[in-house]
Amino acid sequence: MPPIQAPDLSYAALAPLLFVLGAAAAGVLVEAFVPRAARHRTQVALALVGMLGALVGTVLLAGTEEVTAAGALAVDGPALFLQGTIAALGALSVLLFSERALDPAGSAFVAAAAVPAGTVRDRELATSTRVQTEVYPLASFAVGGMMLFTAANDLLVMFVALEVLSLPLYLMAGLARRRRLLSQEAAVKYFLLGAFASAFFLYGLALVYGATGSIRLADIGAVAGRTGSEPLLLLGLGLLVVGLMFKAGVAPFHTWTPDVYQGAPTAVTAFMASATKVAAFGAVLRLLYVGFGGAADTWRPLVYTLAVLSMVVGAVLGLTQTDLKRMLAYSSIAHAGFLLTGVLGVDDSGLAATMFYLLAYGLTTLGAFGLLTLVRDGDGEASALSGWAGLAQRSPVVAALMTFFLLALAGLPLTSGFTGKFAVFRATIEAGAWPLAVVALVASAVAAFFYLRVVVLMYFAEPAPGGPTVGVPGLPTAVVLAVTAAATLLLGLLPGAVLDLARSAAVLVG
Amino acid sequence: MTIANYLVLAAVLFTVGAVGVLVRRNAIVVFMCVELMLNSVNLTLVTFARSTGSLDGQVIAFFVMVVAAAEVVVGLAIIMSVYRTRRSASVDDVNLLKY
Repeated sequence: MPPIQAPDLSYAALAPLLFVLGAAAAGVLVEAFVPRAARHRTQVALALVGMLGALVGTVLLAGTEEVTAAGALAVDGPALFLQGTIAALGALSVLLFSERALDPAGSAFVAAAAVPAGTVRDRELATSTRVQTEVYPLASFAVGGMMLFTAANDLLVMFVALEVLSLPLYLMAGLARRRRLLSQEAAVKYFLLGAFASAFFLYGLALVYGATGSIRLADIGAVAGRTGSEPLLLLGLGLLVVGLMFKAGVAPFHTWTPDVYQGAPTAVTAFMASATKVAAFGAVLRLLYVGFGGAADTWRPLVYTLAVLSMVVGAVLGLTQTDLKRMLAYSSIAHAGFLLTGVLGVDDSGLAATMFYLLAYGLTTLGAFGLLTLVRDGDGEASALSGWAGLAQRSPVVAALMTFFLLALAGLPLTSGFTGKFAVFRATIEAGAWPLAVVALVASAVAAFFYLRVVVLMYFAEPAPGGPTVGVPGLPTAVVLAVTAAATLLLGLLPGAVLDLARSAAVLVG
Repeated sequence: MTIANYLVLAAVLFTVGAVGVLVRRNAIVVFMCVELMLNSVNLTLVTFARSTGSLDGQVIAFFVMVVAAAEVVVGLAIIMSVYRTRRSASVDDVNLLKY
């Protein structure tokens, strides 16, 4: 038996990953050694340095196309584009986490997660100004896992990255300072269903390994192109897709989405809804295009069905929601369906369109959830739709911004949502799947109804007496709202540069 | 014993685990069923490593064990925090979020 060779590592190509994971590891040490008074500032600064450093790193690496770490990681256009997107969304999310002006206790996160909810000690802590900072290293680890996920070039690394991004998210979902029972319930549901889904992914990995003798996506692609529809390989592919679609929140694997989005702290929901979706679709694209690109006929019907289901479920069930966070969760399910229509597009144009859509959708969603943190009643955020009635009279700015984000999610012209939808639908039609584009258009129209319902409610209903108040955001949230609104507008008005960037980056190496 | 028997056993174990997740009510038992699924995957991987003559499958099985251990830490922490509040680990009792 030959001795085991040490893998070749291209540290330059891995720099963004190492940077953000290094910041996360340093964050654990800060948590242990830095005095409490200085900890919050240190952690926020460290997490921001890690993520912005990773963002700069991906920009500097633009144009790199290489496979490193003994073939386990592919640093190419899509990986770098999506890594940059994730790092940017992560940095904006950290700003949302660090907001101290809105909650009277100074933080949206629980002061001591180990204290049982509802006990005397818990009530004391709920009003104390003590803040806990473990959420920042957790977020950094999650971002590191997401960035690894988009670059994973073999199934084992993809699985490890899936867990590295999921485990911190399970914990973060349970860290809310107010309505702790809901938050813990969200964490339990997310964890149990997430572990269930990753078991499916893993069984798929094992079957694909058995069918092809390899877990490298390029090798799998070679075998899949040759043998096509071997049952073992197809079964493995199906199970892998189940695991990934769960993370992406695609119907019929979406059932966790509304509960977790509603129960988790709103800033964490913003992070999950934007960055996780980008990472999950990055992995879906790589698995289907690199690993099974030669056997596209086998997965196209499957993805087609999932896309239709997801659009219909998201749009129809979104109509019946009475809670804004749940409504946005169903909207994210519908958007996952729109993204899948892009995945079905012919090779490069579909890839570029999906990447652009992910960037546009991530920023808009982050902004919408960021706005939700502003509207509050005595017990935290007021996400019930009834509380938003007549909001335009209380705060014209918040109502106008929310309207703008909702119109972008609905895909109206002059917003990034329109450009993204146009790009993915065009790719779908070019690929000859025009019935899917028709379904997508109808679903968009249905979804537009429930977005507009909120707008009408904000502008044309009388505010309820004793309704929620609109908080004045501190600098971090204001920055997030300004950046996301500006990006949503710019990507709608002048999308050319970013579309060109996505198009030139849309080359996967295997 | 042929290789196929091990694969069938693993598939049966995986199915038992998956059905268990869907029908059992106690969060700890649900979680144990997930672990059963992971272990059936390990059996599949080691069997395929034997049949293909490569070591990859065995190496992956080690990774799966490590990741499963990390998952236990996070999962039991979450289940414990819910249990301490509600004095119950039943997934039927966690029902505040719906519709």
